[in-house]
Amino acid sequence: MGKQNSSKKATAQALKGSNNVTAEEMLEFYKTMLLIRRFEEKAGQLYGMGLIGGFCHLYIGQEAVVTGIQSVLEDKDTVITTYRDHGHMLACNMDPKGVMAELTGRAGGYSNGKGGSMHMFSRENNFFGGHGIVGANAPIGGGLAFAHKYREDGGLTTCYFGDGAANQGQVYETYNMASLWKLPIIFVIENNKYAMGTSQQRAAAGELFERGAAYGIPGEKVDGMDVVEVVKATQRAVEYVRGGNGPMILEMDTYRYRGHSMSDPAKYRTKEEVNQVKDENDCIVKVKSWLLSDGGYSDDDIKVIDKEIKAVVNESAEFAQQSPEPDISELWTDILLEEDK
Amino acid sequence: MTIEILMPALSPTMTEGKLATWLKSEGDSVEAGDVIAEIETDKATMEVEAVDEGIIGKIMIDGGTDNVAVNTVIAVLLEEGETLADISDAPASSVQTQAVEENNVTEDTSFVAQPKSAEILDIDEAKFFENTKPITVREALRDAMAEEMRNDNNVFVMGEEVAEYQGAYKVTQGLLQEFGAKRVIDTPITEAGFAGIGAGAAYAGLKPVIEFMTFNFAMQAIDQIINSSAKTLYMSGGQITSPIVFRGPNGAATRVGAQHSQCYASWYSHVPGLKVVAPYSSADARGLLKAAIRDPNPVVFLENEMLYGTSFEAPVDEDYVIPIGKAKIEREGSDVTIVSFSIMVGKALEAAEKLAEQGIDAEVINLRTLRPLDTKTIVDSVKKTNRLVSAEEGWPVAGMGAEFAALIMEEAFDYLDAPVLRVTGKDVPMPYAANLEKLALPQVEDIIDAVRKVSYAS
Repeated sequence: MGKQNSSKKATAQALKGSNNVTAEEMLEFYKTMLLIRRFEEKAGQLYGMGLIGGFCHLYIGQEAVVTGIQSVLEDKDTVITTYRDHGHMLACNMDPKGVMAELTGRAGGYSNGKGGSMHMFSRENNFFGGHGIVGANAPIGGGLAFAHKYREDGGLTTCYFGDGAANQGQVYETYNMASLWKLPIIFVIENNKYAMGTSQQRAAAGELFERGAAYGIPGEKVDGMDVVEVVKATQRAVEYVRGGNGPMILEMDTYRYRGHSMSDPAKYRTKEEVNQVKDENDCIVKVKSWLLSDGGYSDDDIKVIDKEIKAVVNESAEFAQQSPEPDISELWTDILLEEDK
Repeated sequence: MTIEILMPALSPTMTEGKLATWLKSEGDSVEAGDVIAEIETDKATMEVEAVDEGIIGKIMIDGGTDNVAVNTVIAVLLEEGETLADISDAPASSVQTQAVEENNVTEDTSFVAQPKSAEILDIDEAKFFENTKPITVREALRDAMAEEMRNDNNVFVMGEEVAEYQGAYKVTQGLLQEFGAKRVIDTPITEAGFAGIGAGAAYAGLKPVIEFMTFNFAMQAIDQIINSSAKTLYMSGGQITSPIVFRGPNGAATRVGAQHSQCYASWYSHVPGLKVVAPYSSADARGLLKAAIRDPNPVVFLENEMLYGTSFEAPVDEDYVIPIGKAKIEREGSDVTIVSFSIMVGKALEAAEKLAEQGIDAEVINLRTLRPLDTKTIVDSVKKTNRLVSAEEGWPVAGMGAEFAALIMEEAFDYLDAPVLRVTGKDVPMPYAANLEKLALPQVEDIIDAVRKVSYAS
C-alpha cells in the first residue's frame, strides 16, 4: 500500500507505539476523532451565526483522550464530565443530531433544548452529564461508582475533569472516599494546560497525577495527544479498577486549540505555542499518517471517510436548525417527577 | 455549490464587529481549522477559522472594515472543481444563513401562573389515628427509615456517625445492626463529598438518605443539593431523576451559637425542583419521611433537634404515609389563623390555648410541607377567620412569613380584616448568652401579642 502522506503537516507527526492495534481499530479512532473535530468546528460556526447561544466550550485538540478511553470501556460503564462535553457525548455514541440540536436549543436536543451545551445527558448511553459547576461532578461520579459497587454489576465510572477542577476541594473529598470504599472509578484529568486563562504553572502546585498518592490512589501521566498511548493506559487502569482495587487517576497531557469558550481570545498564550502543537502533535494527523503508511489505507479511502463524517456533521447541523424550538409548555415540564398513580 | 463564509458572533452578546485583517487572500486554499481572518469585538481581537476546505474564491468585505453585522457574507469559498463563475450562478450556500426566527410568543407565559401540581392523593388520616401509641420523634424517624429499607433494597443511609456511633443524635440507632455496613454508611466529615456521592447514586437509581449532622453543615453541600439534584430532571429533559432525601436537624438547638442555629426553611423552599418537608410530631416525622424516601424527587427534610425526644401519639399502621404537600389543621378555630411548621407548631398550639382563655379562638395550621405549599388550606382558613399570623424560627427578611403574606395578598386580600403579621426569629445572628438567645427566638408570648394585634384586642 502507498506510503505517501496526504497532509503537508503529517511528516513531523507520528504515533509512539502502535503495536497491538489493528488497522480496523485505528480507523475507528480516526473516525471518532474526526467526527468530534468536524462537529466542534461546525458548532463554532453555528455559534458565529448566532444559532448557538451562551457559553460554548470546544474540545478541538483533545479528541484522542475521550476517543481512546471510551474505546476500552463497556456499555454497562457510566460516564460523567464537566462542561467541555460535546466530544464525550459523541464518543459515548450519542446521536450528533441530538447533541447539535441541544446546542441550538431546539426540541430535538437531548434535553429538549432545556439544558444547552453544558447540561446534556443520555440515560440510554449511560452518559450522566455535562456539569457546569467545576469540580462538582467529581463526587457525583463517585456516586455513580458507588452504585456500581452497591449493585455489584461489574461496571465502572469514568469521571472526567480538567486541570482547573483538579484544584477543587470536592475532588479530594471524593478521592478519599473512593479509595476508602474501593469504588470502581477512573478519574481522568484532562490537563489542557489552562484553566480558562490561568496556566497550570500558576494554579497548581506539584503534579496532578500524583495528587492521589496521599489517598493510596495510583496515578499515571499519559500522552493524551497519542490515542494509542491513551488506549494502553486505559487498559491498565480498567484492569486495576475492575479488579476491585479501587480508583485510579489518569492525567492526560493534552491541549485545546481554541479558547476556553467561544468568546475567549486566548491572549494568555502565544500563537507559536498553539501552532507548534497543531503542527507537531496533532492527534488526528498522527493517526491519519499511520493509516496511510502502516494501515494499508489509501488517500482515497481516507477521503471517503472524511466525506462521510462531513455528511454526518452537516446532517446534524441541518437537523439542529430545522428542529423547532421547544413548545412553550416545556417551560413547566420536568421540574418534578410525579409518582405513578 | 460554493460556501459562504459569514461574519461570526464571537461572544454571547456580539451583534457587529470590525473585520480587522484577512490572513488569506483570494486564490489561497484553506483547510478546516485554518485561521483565515481576525475580527475585533468590543472586548478583544479574535481569530476566525475555516470550517470547510476549499479555495478562497472571493473576499466580499475588505480587511479594516468597521461595523460588519454578524452573519454578513465576508467571503466565498470554492470547493473542489468550482470556479469563480459558480459564485454568481449559485448564491445558495450549503450553510443555512437565516438566523433563528424571532419567537413571537403571544401566549400567556406569566411566571405567577404555575401549572397546578398533580392532584395530591388524599388519605383518610383520621382512620390511622384510631390505633396509636406514644413514640418519640427520634424513634419515628428511625422506624420510617427501617421500614423503607426493609421494603426497598435500593434505600441506604449515609452520613457522619450514622452507623457505628448510632447517629450523632441517635436517630439512626440500630440501623447498622439490622442492615449492615453496606447500607448504613459512615462517612468522613466531608459534606460536599458525600452529598455529591448521594446525588450520583440517585442518578443511577439508588435511593440515598443523606443525613447531615445538622443543616448548618449542609451549607458546605448546598451546591450538590441545588445544582446537582434539584435542577437535574429539568436540565436533562426529564431523563435523569434524583430520588434522594437530604435530612437532619434544622433551626436552633440550645446555646450552640450563631453557626449552629439557623433555619433553612426559606432557603430551600425557594428552589424549583426540590420538595421541602418540616415535620412537627412523631406522626408527621414517620409518615412524611416514608413519603420522602418513596418520592422520586429530591426532598429536603428539615427536622428539629429540640423535638427529637418529644413523645407524641402516632399511628401504629406502617401504611401511614402522609402525602407531601398536605397541611394539617391541628386546632380548628374561627377568629384567627396561625400558620406554622416544625417546632413553632407546638408554640402556636400553646398560644392558642392561652388565647382561648382570653376569648380568641385561633385555628392552627401545621404546614408539614413547605414546598409545594398547601396554599388551599391556608387560603380557605383565612377566608374563614379573616386574619393571619405566621410563626417561624427563621429570620424575617425574605422568610417563609413573607411568602405567606404575599400569598394572602394575591388570593385572599378581600377577606382580610387586618394586615398579616409575621412572628419570626430576630434579624440577628444567634447569640450565645441565655438571655439574648431567648430574646432572639420567637416565644409563645410573641404569637399571643401578634394575634391580639390582628384581632384589635387591647
